[in-house]
Amino acid sequence: MTFSNSAELLSFHWVAYSIYSLLIISVIVWFGYNLTRKEKVKSIVRIPFYGYIGFLVAMGVGHHIFTYNAIPWVSQDITRESITPDATYTFEIEDHKWVNMPKKVTVQCGQTIKFNVQSHDLVYGFGLFRQDGSLVMQMQVNPGTDVNGILDPNDILWTFNHNGLFNVMSTEYSGPDAYDENGSSVMFVKNWLEVTGCKEEGGKK
Amino acid sequence: MSFTKNLMNGTNFDADSLNALQKVTLRAVVMAFLFYGLVAIEGMIMRMVLTGPANPLPKMFSHPEHFFSIMTVHPIVGIFGSTYQLVFAAFMFLVPYLTKKPLYSVKLANAVWLLITIGTALAWIAAFVWQYAPLYTLYWPLPADTAQFQVIGGIVFIVGVALIMIGTLGFIYNIYATIFARVGVHKNKTTKELLISGFGIDGMLNLWHKLTGRPPYSKEPALALPVVAIFRGTVDTFLDAIVILSAGILVLVYLVFDASGAPLSVAAVDALLYKNYFWWGLDLVADGLVLIYVAGSWYLLATLITGQKLFMENVARAALMLELLVSWMVWSHHLLADQGQPEMMKLISGEMVTAFELLTQGLALFITLVTLWKARPLKMTYELKYLLGGLVGFGLAVPAAIIQADMGMNRVLHNTQWIIGAHVHIALIVGLYMTLYSAVYVLWPIVTNNTELYSKKLSNAHFWLHLVGGIGMGAFMGMAGLDGMLRRHLYVNGEYNTMMILAAVCGMMLLIAWALFLLNIIMSVGIKGLIGIFMPAKDPTASYGLEEELEPADDPAFAK
Repeated sequence: MTFSNSAELLSFHWVAYSIYSLLIISVIVWFGYNLTRKEKVKSIVRIPFYGYIGFLVAMGVGHHIFTYNAIPWVSQDITRESITPDATYTFEIEDHKWVNMPKKVTVQCGQTIKFNVQSHDLVYGFGLFRQDGSLVMQMQVNPGTDVNGILDPNDILWTFNHNGLFNVMSTEYSGPDAYDENGSSVMFVKNWLEVTGCKEEGGKK
Repeated sequence: MSFTKNLMNGTNFDADSLNALQKVTLRAVVMAFLFYGLVAIEGMIMRMVLTGPANPLPKMFSHPEHFFSIMTVHPIVGIFGSTYQLVFAAFMFLVPYLTKKPLYSVKLANAVWLLITIGTALAWIAAFVWQYAPLYTLYWPLPADTAQFQVIGGIVFIVGVALIMIGTLGFIYNIYATIFARVGVHKNKTTKELLISGFGIDGMLNLWHKLTGRPPYSKEPALALPVVAIFRGTVDTFLDAIVILSAGILVLVYLVFDASGAPLSVAAVDALLYKNYFWWGLDLVADGLVLIYVAGSWYLLATLITGQKLFMENVARAALMLELLVSWMVWSHHLLADQGQPEMMKLISGEMVTAFELLTQGLALFITLVTLWKARPLKMTYELKYLLGGLVGFGLAVPAAIIQADMGMNRVLHNTQWIIGAHVHIALIVGLYMTLYSAVYVLWPIVTNNTELYSKKLSNAHFWLHLVGGIGMGAFMGMAGLDGMLRRHLYVNGEYNTMMILAAVCGMMLLIAWALFLLNIIMSVGIKGLIGIFMPAKDPTASYGLEEELEPADDPAFAK
């Protein structure tokens, strides 16, 4: 099982966590009801202590093993130093404004893009959003320089497998100056990135 | 009795019959619930703003300065003004009660609630008057950004937080001085014995002795299990106070230099290093003291409700020791979206060690449930109902945390409403507060000398509104997060308004629940009784259920 984009992952997560939530609430309700019953209750399942501990360990470790194998950007993120991207975009943020940012980026389906965003002053974020407002991906943008005064990098690699037109916005709060008088974000850029050339269900044509 | 008479005189509450320990406990509890009301109102304002332009609030609440000022003080008032006060009050009563010793110093306990109350009020004033809004995260260099915030606002805010932390240190001193006081049942105990028991090492050694076929290391541990949890959690409370206090001093230095006309360079402090340091300390609240205090409270409540010994007590003691190590090494899960953070730290601290919390909290849940199960049939009292509610809260919130503490999931969940809704608010409002309400109902007759509650119907309405409102609000916020809604962002155009309207409805249920609870308490103790709580105690006793004893602080024998 592999998720080709974050929308698939979010849908899966929504269903899985909702089922779990209903399950844990039901278990405690069932438990509470049976606590008050005078007649001896037969357990539906007998949970041995070490079995329970083993289950918790398996869930804690297994979750990460599952996501490592099912979510492609995890291994890509860890090994990004050794991956050559198809294109790199480096730009900055200063005083709540994007600086040297390309007006629009067009990406061909399946391309792996490196975004390197640097901050001159505060902690910001860099997030790509779909038109429906859902999050494609995000990272923090920390300020700082090396000993030579060169801005520290905040880089992320991302492979695009679905067509779409994506907006950009800072995903971290950087003070009220990041908003105009009406409360709208001054760091919101509509339709900044476009992906083309994918099949309808995703993947290269 | 008529409504007015109840309102003035309560049911059968007599403030004059309370001793010094009971009064100081109730003073902090009253302040905690007043701050809870404030935080619920603040929360509702933010919820309403996020529903979109049709919200009925005045436009000023949608201004970024105003909105983020509220967002800044919301956790300060909620975590410190309310939760810390309530927990500290309960523990400064419980430690003397469980160890059968007097509290080290009632004067110090009074100083604690006063310092936290004044500190919280100052932080709130800084946001309200000067709109100082760097949020509780204080990401460097935002708190020292005088281009966006007034220096005076920053100074007042930091002084407020510093007072809260000084009050916290006072609580810590009082707790440890009480535990280590060699009076009463601990007259013949050594400091080493108390330390070993406090850290839960005796439980671990008992387990080891059992595995190797030897007699138990300690048949009767020096400290009861809930006291061990308080002891352990307080280690994290101390470390957290030091980190927040030192970060506050750093910000204060920058603000003072700025005010003097000779500003320091904010670039001198590495933002990522500061983030690591601050999150290490701040995470000791969320993943340290809260989890440990809650586990200890569950154990105490389960034994008090059932009147039986705790199931697998040695495992529970050992697990508290394990939680000590785990809580110090998990902060990196807050930095999974920081690309400068070393990948190994993300992997080990952020993912693997964090996953251990599933084990430690899962153990606490299991031990509590089995203790209750073995004692069935039980009456479904308010204490038990709230305890089960608390278990549901953490049953939902802890797995939510483990899911997001993952390098893959974090890429799409970090800084979204999922984190603050499905995890934080459900953990605090449902998990922690339901547990605390259970403790309130257990301790109520002891602390108030058997005062009758005004209305069971109000208690029942409070329970259901709080439970459904808490889970509902967290769930709808979480769903909005999955739709891409950020947690520290202002949305004025109703972008996610379906989920936000539903979350606001649930938030309103929480607010009504609090109002009903407060009404029930005021009608039980009466306004005269409420004032009487803040009057000096005629009985200076600093313990409960013991012969009159001097506070160790005033006892010449203790001084030797």
